Amino acid sequence: MKKNLENKIEKILIKGNDAVVEAALRSGLNGFFGYPITPASEIIEGFAKAYYEDLERKKKGLKPKYPEFQVFLQMESEIASINAALGGAATGKRVLTASSSPGISLKQEGISYIAGCELPVAIIDVMRGGPGLGNIAPEQGDYFQTVKGGGHGDYRLITLAPNSVQELAEFTCEIFELADKYRNPAVLLYDGYLGQMKEGVIFPKVKAKNYDRSSWAADGNKKGREKHIITSIYIAPEDMEKHKLRLKRKYDLIEEKEVRFENYKSDDADIVIVAYGIVSRIAKDVVEKARKEGIKVGLLRPITLWPFPKKEISQIADNAKAILTVELNMLGQMNEDVLISANGKCPVEFYGRCGGVIPKEKEILEKILEINRKVK
Amino acid sequence: MKKKNLEYILKSPKVEAFQNKTHYCPGCGHGILHKLLGDAMDELGIKDITIFIDSVGCSVFAYNYFDCDHIQVPHGRAPAVATAVKRLRPDKIVITYQGDGDLAAIGTAEIIHAANRGENITIIFVNNAIYGMTGGQLAPTTLIKQKSTTTPRGRFATEFGYPLKICEMLNTLKAPAYLERVALYDPLHIKKAKEAVKKALRMQIKGKGFSLVEVLSHCPTNWKMTPEESMKFVKEKMEKYYPLKIFRDREFKK
Repeated sequence: MKKNLENKIEKILIKGNDAVVEAALRSGLNGFFGYPITPASEIIEGFAKAYYEDLERKKKGLKPKYPEFQVFLQMESEIASINAALGGAATGKRVLTASSSPGISLKQEGISYIAGCELPVAIIDVMRGGPGLGNIAPEQGDYFQTVKGGGHGDYRLITLAPNSVQELAEFTCEIFELADKYRNPAVLLYDGYLGQMKEGVIFPKVKAKNYDRSSWAADGNKKGREKHIITSIYIAPEDMEKHKLRLKRKYDLIEEKEVRFENYKSDDADIVIVAYGIVSRIAKDVVEKARKEGIKVGLLRPITLWPFPKKEISQIADNAKAILTVELNMLGQMNEDVLISANGKCPVEFYGRCGGVIPKEKEILEKILEINRKVK
Repeated sequence: MKKKNLEYILKSPKVEAFQNKTHYCPGCGHGILHKLLGDAMDELGIKDITIFIDSVGCSVFAYNYFDCDHIQVPHGRAPAVATAVKRLRPDKIVITYQGDGDLAAIGTAEIIHAANRGENITIIFVNNAIYGMTGGQLAPTTLIKQKSTTTPRGRFATEFGYPLKICEMLNTLKAPAYLERVALYDPLHIKKAKEAVKKALRMQIKGKGFSLVEVLSHCPTNWKMTPEESMKFVKEKMEKYYPLKIFRDREFKK
């Protein structure tokens, strides 16, 4: 009986941001450091709730629900939060910080240091409207600041883009593993819609790999070994170049091993939509509607925004008559990577809505019909 | 000068926590402070459990000198980093070593909030009234009328306000456990500085909370003085504005 209960698959109706909290706690999170910001505040509140509930359990002599969750702290700023995360990771602990677009801008200096120091820090960015204070409505305006670096110096952030609350839960676990596997910051990037929507979720059974961080961490366990130095400073040009070439080899390996995408009916398609996050779900319906009208449309959904599915899009450009990128921004931020990947082999069009406006199926379908007329 | 004080300087015992010759300019206060901090770490036997936070400024290479684990962090952010380090590794000793540009200008928010939370960490704050690493620009602690490369005619309060008194500011907060200002201009003061640093570390070992030692240090290179003149400047000018004293001591308070 007990065994059956343990094996029972539990599907929970849960809000996106809350699913992230639960998944992070199940991933053996040691420390969360954050600062409130809409539309990501449920995350910091969720960790506070879990932390203080466990404290009460401990006071009552009960077993804590998340024994590995040692520290929750609301810091004085986004800057302090990312640096606290840097410190926690430097001592070999599993840490997370979360924010929304303007907060992520403030964190960029710290993220650059974390990349330079090669620390496994997980970061969550719930995207809202910008530039400036913008608004609190969902956008996909942080592709540049996440995928292209954002901070100073050349470095890469592993970036995962979920499109459902189920994936929010799964990918939260994934970013911790990827960060540890490559000793690199990893970002979960999603628009405010996903953070705020409620869906049914089956939480993945997480078995966090036991990463041995003791060989490099500044954990203050120096007895019997040389000192460990976590740093991003390499004063001599030759040393700096050597350090960076090593980073480049790591980035090359990630590009080779970790590309993820969803290919939905794009193999025989004449027109392929490229979209990620919430937009990809609308695009999927567009694929069906267009096919009913006799136009072979497919969808390629990048799941990792870096490493970007370059090869797959290049292959699509070989076979399809046109590509349409749809995003929640005005510049076509991801579209720049689509253009590079397609490399002029087929026309690439862009359709974007922004400020929190979501493209309707009808609009995208009209755009498809327009492209279809052009490429026929 | 008392014989005992002179002995302390001349004896110069081998310091285990302190390694290598430093890169600092001749006559700089950092070398003296490094030596006495290393001494204190040795005497307390804490080097193998210490996590040292190296901040941006002249002391950025401190990881070359102290035989303990190190984290080199962004400009001004050491107290935020130290907060997480200490909370996640409560059985370790966490020291930040920060200059006045780092702690009192770009990192003002971090130091105030770490102090206000009463983090059980030790801050060694070097106040030499100038930006050293970048070549002698105005610091928040630069004295009125003192020249710097960005105040070539001297600092005027009408333009740049008055020099920040960090110990006095932090002393308005309820949480800090130990705040003291010391100087390095003669053997007696060096000895006092050593005691203050050791005490600050002892406070952390005892779990008393936030401890900070502000060290008035001399910067002959950027002040454009001889080492002797620079020490005289600390004694005659800096100490007048930044009085040497214990602002807060809760060692024996429960």
